[in-house]
Amino acid sequence: MKVLLAAIIFLPSAGFCAILPGANAHERIQEALILTEPGGTIELGEGTFELTLPLSLDTDNVTIRGRGMEKTILSFKGQESGGQGLLVTSSGVTLEDFAIIDAKGDALKAKGSVGLTIRRIRTSWSGGPKTENGAYGIYPVQCRDVLIENNVARYASDSGIYVGQSTNVVVRNNLAEGNVAGIEIENSRYVDVYDNIARGNTGGLLIFDLPDLPMRAGGQIRMYRNTIEDNDLPNFAPKGNIVALVPRGTGVLIMSGRNIESFENTISGHRTVNFIVTSFYLSGREIKDPHYYPFPEGIHVHHNKFGKGGWAPDGELGQQISTVGGVPLPDIIWDGAVNPAILVDGKIPPELKLSVHDNGKATFVNLDLLTVMKNPQAARIERDAAAYAAPHKALASATVSNSR
Amino acid sequence: MIRLAALLLLFTGISAAAEIDIEGPPPKSLSSWGLFQGGGASQVPSPGVIAYDINTQLFSDYAIKHRFVRLPEGKTSRYNAVDAFDFPIGTVLVKTFAYYHDFRSPDKGERLLETRLLVRKKAGWIGYPYVWNDAQNKAVLKVAGAALDGVSWIHGDGKKRSVRYLVPNMNQCKSCHATKGRGTMGPLGLTARNLNRMHADSRGKTMNQLKRWMAEGILENAPPLKEIPRLPVWNNSRTGSVAKRARAYLEVNCANCHNPKGPADTAGVDWTFTQTDPLKVGIGKSPVAAGRGSGGFSHDIKPGHPDESILIYRMQSTTPGEMMPELGRRLVHIEAVALLRDWIAGMKTP
Repeated sequence: MKVLLAAIIFLPSAGFCAILPGANAHERIQEALILTEPGGTIELGEGTFELTLPLSLDTDNVTIRGRGMEKTILSFKGQESGGQGLLVTSSGVTLEDFAIIDAKGDALKAKGSVGLTIRRIRTSWSGGPKTENGAYGIYPVQCRDVLIENNVARYASDSGIYVGQSTNVVVRNNLAEGNVAGIEIENSRYVDVYDNIARGNTGGLLIFDLPDLPMRAGGQIRMYRNTIEDNDLPNFAPKGNIVALVPRGTGVLIMSGRNIESFENTISGHRTVNFIVTSFYLSGREIKDPHYYPFPEGIHVHHNKFGKGGWAPDGELGQQISTVGGVPLPDIIWDGAVNPAILVDGKIPPELKLSVHDNGKATFVNLDLLTVMKNPQAARIERDAAAYAAPHKALASATVSNSR
Repeated sequence: MIRLAALLLLFTGISAAAEIDIEGPPPKSLSSWGLFQGGGASQVPSPGVIAYDINTQLFSDYAIKHRFVRLPEGKTSRYNAVDAFDFPIGTVLVKTFAYYHDFRSPDKGERLLETRLLVRKKAGWIGYPYVWNDAQNKAVLKVAGAALDGVSWIHGDGKKRSVRYLVPNMNQCKSCHATKGRGTMGPLGLTARNLNRMHADSRGKTMNQLKRWMAEGILENAPPLKEIPRLPVWNNSRTGSVAKRARAYLEVNCANCHNPKGPADTAGVDWTFTQTDPLKVGIGKSPVAAGRGSGGFSHDIKPGHPDESILIYRMQSTTPGEMMPELGRRLVHIEAVALLRDWIAGMKTP
């Protein structure tokens, strides 16, 4: 009897006892998620789980593991309730080898996790890019020590992979396609984004620092060896959201933030712009947050490889910047907004200045946009990046502990 | 004779409580908690289980709610001017969700759907959802929640309404009740301002609820009644202005998540009743991660324009991913939407 009991207890943790699709799938998975002890593993078998209610995990040190992102599918096509497919609110969590499709809100959201690994997960909406799709595919917010690797994120109406208000994050080897924003890093610090492919989105890789949020002053972000190409999808984000402003054909957009280094990326095939660095003012939104800093500073763009870009600037923003910058728009655009308070003898201190060098034959423009809007005659539109060639020191890599 | 009855009540109270080791796994059946007389269908509480009411309640698809609290024998709760009172280990809070068969005549009876317990263990509060059977004689624990089909009633307007009623799972308890972040699960409605109201006891004797709690010795450290704040009743115009009642509604229905430490602090709005910064209340604020919930609008609240305010859009939506709150609502709360529309329409445009 004792042996039998031991065997019953032993089996689930050994992984033989995967939860299988079928009737009451939600209840069976959710019950396992609630009753599992810290350190437990929940195995999901092959097949499509039809789920009408959201799933949530709030126990520390739990692994949820499927049999592969094409084999174990959590389908929320019939979802009746909840703002996301799967919500994680605990720490030390590993999610791997399954897909979350057709969630009514976000596919996978993690809030406040410390130590989170998201690996070989696929998020998608089966109707392709649609405004009705959920906002985010993979969405850690206010998390720390996060590893996001080898995932596939498609067709989110905001961002495929969205890192919000988080610190110490590595995003690598992911594929983001068919989203409005492929990969978006927002109000986050100490983030490395490398070896990802962002293609066929509206915008490839977006880095934002936005006002009115608990965590501001994003920065210390490195993005390197990414392939960012042909992000040419018409914007299908619901209006009102910041990404709804992103013009079709945007490669990299850095809006505000401090100390962001971009190197060895391949950026090509963007009708509006391959690479733009801008203050928050370009959004046209009013700033009411007294603690918000709208100027990007210490941005370092070097050793990137640029292809075709800027041939048909799209949307209101594309029109606005091409009026000043001309068509085709140069590969690297800076809106030129500088906080007058930082100037020393009329000059930007070197560590805060934009640095652009060794980007092959990439073209450049400083739009001096704030002056253009106030007093066009006084504007100094620069097309030579030579004045910005002084390099910054390389940023340290982001460290992620606790990831398993 | 009275003393004997009291003694008898005391005895049954103790014996009922003694059946349960609250630190252990929860019993499968609600009746094991000994909270109600008989099977519990009548919702008549056992001795020592105290019925209470609040000023403004969470909307739950028009369900009515029966609220009770049971404190351990001889223990009291401690007053707090802002947050929920501090209840001793062993406290059981009880909330039963039900629909009148006919909202025009409650005396025709009701259908019980679920009874949620919030139990104060040594390690903190924990929630247990119990679901009533169709025969209405038994409620059993449903760790993963439940979906109840065929819930219907005659509404106040005489029309038949129905809902596929969703009982939240144990994790979802935390979605609302962990108001200050993970690990802070606790009661919501049991604040001084929401409990500060008149209340009729089982014999029909009406008096201020907090005064009664003090008199019965289950609330300590409370200041004089006139110093205790009071939350308006959202649908009673004698209890406050449109703005105050709208804010009371937002506090109870939204601020569990939307406060500076809550699960939705990521959005940057704070709908606590006492918040005075217009931007934090969402007035003129741009959305952050609203997705399709934005409804195509640029501000959470656009003064003078309820039809261009994301708040109203999300309250009117019944589509998951758009609608707010995310949990616990499937129908539109028409009367509350009207109040909040009035509030926004009456704001001065900047």
